Amino acid sequence: MTVVERREIALVDLLDRLLAGGVVIKGDITLRIADVDLVRIDLNALISSVNEQVPSPWGEFT
Amino acid sequence: MTGLRYVYAVCHPFDAPLQAQLKGVAGDPPRLLSHHGLIAVVSHVPERDFSEEPLRRRLEDLDWLTETARAHQSVIDALTVVTTPLPLRMATVFRDDSGVRVMMEAREDDFRRTLERLAGRVEWGVKVYAEAEQQAPAAAPKPASGRDYLRQRRSQVRTDEDMWQRAEEFATRLHASLSSYAEDSRLHAPQNPALSRASGRNLLNAAYLVPRDSSEEFVELVDRTKDETRAGGSGMRVELTGPWAAYSFAGEQS
Repeated sequence: MTVVERREIALVDLLDRLLAGGVVIKGDITLRIADVDLVRIDLNALISSVNEQVPSPWGEFT
Repeated sequence: MTGLRYVYAVCHPFDAPLQAQLKGVAGDPPRLLSHHGLIAVVSHVPERDFSEEPLRRRLEDLDWLTETARAHQSVIDALTVVTTPLPLRMATVFRDDSGVRVMMEAREDDFRRTLERLAGRVEWGVKVYAEAEQQAPAAAPKPASGRDYLRQRRSQVRTDEDMWQRAEEFATRLHASLSSYAEDSRLHAPQNPALSRASGRNLLNAAYLVPRDSSEEFVELVDRTKDETRAGGSGMRVELTGPWAAYSFAGEQS
């Protein structure tokens, strides 16, 4: 194989698969990681990533 | 108190041992629970994190989610070395072993069919990004008049529109050619750039099911398109991830 990139797997790529893929089985713990929850996870992550380290994507108004 | 049962995957029995130091979700080494000739790969997890209410809260905690997702993935990865696992959705939890057995019995036929379909296959992820080129201020002469300004502005907008259209066409073409090579494909929603921290707009986020033996050719196919996007500063980028267990193809066939 030529250039297979072997970086640490990005969390988003992982979540695309773990939360949207895989066989869905109703377990004893009936939790539906439904689209609603995914949206919330997205939002939370978004907020923390904007707060913590990166400059606001809307630029600085000084 | 032995806790709840977290199920990672179902697979056929395998001979090779799992990696010795392997730790699963919540630090518990995965165990193999055999039922009617199939294996469920299971960890014991504490109720304080994995019963219904706490789990719902925990899933919104990004650090916990990250740690759990990575632990889940490391078990699936280890399984992929010795067999073709059928991965379950993250956070599939049962009260006890007998709950897992009841589930396996109910789904036995599905599991066998899907394991058959996925045997010897892996998943590759391909993403296409595009970004409008930042025009250097020096590139355009300072507009001499309002009309000049509007003309420059229009031409910039046109250039951007052309770029997006080219990028869309490229992504569509790439998806068509990879799909025709792969046995199956799935489109994931484009990724949120704030979450992926990737630059540019994610135009294609796809998964392809490829026989393990054909993976090398598939990777070369993707690599060739990378060369194409690099040429001429097109503003496009192709990213490859994998090989993954066939997460995106574990559901019923569409």
